[in-house]
Amino acid sequence: MSAPANDVQDYVGFDTITQQMERKFLKRGFNLNVILVGESGMGKSTLVNSIFASHLIDTQGRRAAQEVIRKTTEIAPVTQMLEENGVRVKLTIVDTPGFGDQCNNEGCWVPVIKYIKDQHAAYLERELKPNRERIIVDTRVHACLYFLNPGSRGLRPLDVEVLKRLTEVTNVIPVIAKSDSMTIEERTAFKRHIKEELAFHRIMLFPYASDDDADDDRVLNASIRELIPFAVVGSEEVIEVEGKLIRGRRHGWGVINIFDETHSDFVHLRNFMLRTHLSDLIEVTSQRHYEQFRTSQLRQIKELRAQQAAAAASGGAPPVPTQAQPQVPISVMQHQPMAQV
Amino acid sequence: MKEGSGEDQNVAPSMYSHVSRPSSHRNKNARKGLPFNVMLVGESGLGRKTFLNTLCESAVITGSEVTNAEQAHIAEPMQFKNYTVEMDEDGMKIILNIIDTPGFGDGIDNEQCFMQIQEYLELQFDNVLAEENRIKRNTKFNDSRIHALLYFISPTGHSLREIDIELMKRLGSRANIIPVIGRSDSLTPRELVLFKQRIMSDIVTHSISVFNFPDLDDEDEDAVEENSELRAMLPFAVVGCEEVINEDGRPVRVRNYPWGVVQVDNDEHSDFDRLRYVLLNSHISDLRDRTQNELYEMYRTEKLSGNTSVLANNTSQAVISAIGA
Repeated sequence: MSAPANDVQDYVGFDTITQQMERKFLKRGFNLNVILVGESGMGKSTLVNSIFASHLIDTQGRRAAQEVIRKTTEIAPVTQMLEENGVRVKLTIVDTPGFGDQCNNEGCWVPVIKYIKDQHAAYLERELKPNRERIIVDTRVHACLYFLNPGSRGLRPLDVEVLKRLTEVTNVIPVIAKSDSMTIEERTAFKRHIKEELAFHRIMLFPYASDDDADDDRVLNASIRELIPFAVVGSEEVIEVEGKLIRGRRHGWGVINIFDETHSDFVHLRNFMLRTHLSDLIEVTSQRHYEQFRTSQLRQIKELRAQQAAAAASGGAPPVPTQAQPQVPISVMQHQPMAQV
Repeated sequence: MKEGSGEDQNVAPSMYSHVSRPSSHRNKNARKGLPFNVMLVGESGLGRKTFLNTLCESAVITGSEVTNAEQAHIAEPMQFKNYTVEMDEDGMKIILNIIDTPGFGDGIDNEQCFMQIQEYLELQFDNVLAEENRIKRNTKFNDSRIHALLYFISPTGHSLREIDIELMKRLGSRANIIPVIGRSDSLTPRELVLFKQRIMSDIVTHSISVFNFPDLDDEDEDAVEENSELRAMLPFAVVGCEEVINEDGRPVRVRNYPWGVVQVDNDEHSDFDRLRYVLLNSHISDLRDRTQNELYEMYRTEKLSGNTSVLANNTSQAVISAIGA
């Protein structure tokens, strides 16, 4: 006896999970946290406002003669809700006014590194709570735009010191924001020197190579690596050129269109950050940088516990801890049995 | 236009100049060769070397010192490098001595840089002081006092940075400081106007002494007008380059961008030509005179009227022995 073909249902339907996830995602929205590191006057606020096509932050540079010169690096986060086609993002831009602006810049990176680590620590603390939230608020820094000085031959001593430390705690994307004073040949030479110096100092930038990258991922990542550092021009101004309105800069000798790929890498940077690698930036922060932080923190706590236990067993005063104190308070850890750690 | 003062003989001293300017009526020593010492100060990447090469119309400084990746993180200590170029400016022979300061502001901690430059400037003054006090003086004495100090400011578009203010404050009494905006093709015309205003406002607020084209002869109306024009241009916005192209048979120095071409010597694109003219022609004597009559005299008075212990600590051996001799 023949069974009618349309009774056999081989289509299961688990492929609709992508739509289910999308619906969940749309309801929840997501957090994106970006930190800007560079001297004042490098074009940080203009670039970020250009990338997100809205005036998110004001420049923190000295404008009036009465304004006092900052003595340290300040951390200035600004949070805004943006929405596009039903998708909501809670965008936090962290500016770092004062970085690299003094005569003596020794240690100017310390507040920046501390801020990034503090966000990891805050997340870890929330995660370790016995009664933790269903969705932990994510303030961890997903991307760091590091602003290079156009005209330098390559990395400066300050750049090397800071990049080494930054790349250990977050995804770093180096950019030259005011590249309109570099000719194409100068940019090419500059990028080459930067790449050589980064390789020499073993400074690892996002995107990181991974064994389970698909072939097209590899190709895309390779083309991104070719472009780094991105030589961009930012602008919040709309100007008219031959009847058309464009976003750009009007010089006495010509007009720069920030979306023109022959003028700058702006489009490539924006697409990289927001259209191709946005979810990677968030995921890698969690899976790589946060995990590294978490592992080292929990190890420190474990060692501290072991020391205290040994001191208690021998009946003497608890020993002075030799390692750095872990950032997560130990009280949070009280209910965790040692075996888990 | 005054008669017979030289204004009616306009010349184009540089072959790249777009404008021909009045022949300087203040030159002396036309044939002997006028020594003119200029110091260039500014972080690397602001166009100091390119400025020098553009000024001398030849590759005085070639290539770069650091050639490999291993050197990038090493902060080279600041050095003083001397270059001498003989220039012929409108019939006047100038022995141009340039002192470049590579390494200034390039390290992480740059606080030593100011002291080093101040010591250098004062050493040149000390040498002259010692020479003046010798019983038997050397007629061929080489005067290496700095007549003009060009300070390169980064084109941030904001205001002066701490390093800019510190340097100009400390050295304003030892040399004629001429502030210059390097890589000025990074700024749009409007941004440049605002930037210049903010810088000058900062300079006034912090009581920084820069060379502000003082009127030495109030009767000379043309000079007074010229000085007031130049004062309004400060700081000079400079673009330097060494690429020369041929435009309608004329050599033109340009920077080629995808969106346009910057002409270095075009007054509308940069103040380079004007600055060149100030340094090598119209104000070369004013700068030399102010160095001798004001800055050096002030230093000399400070030095000689200071108490002897200060003198002994700070004065070079040459001066002490010369005064004692």
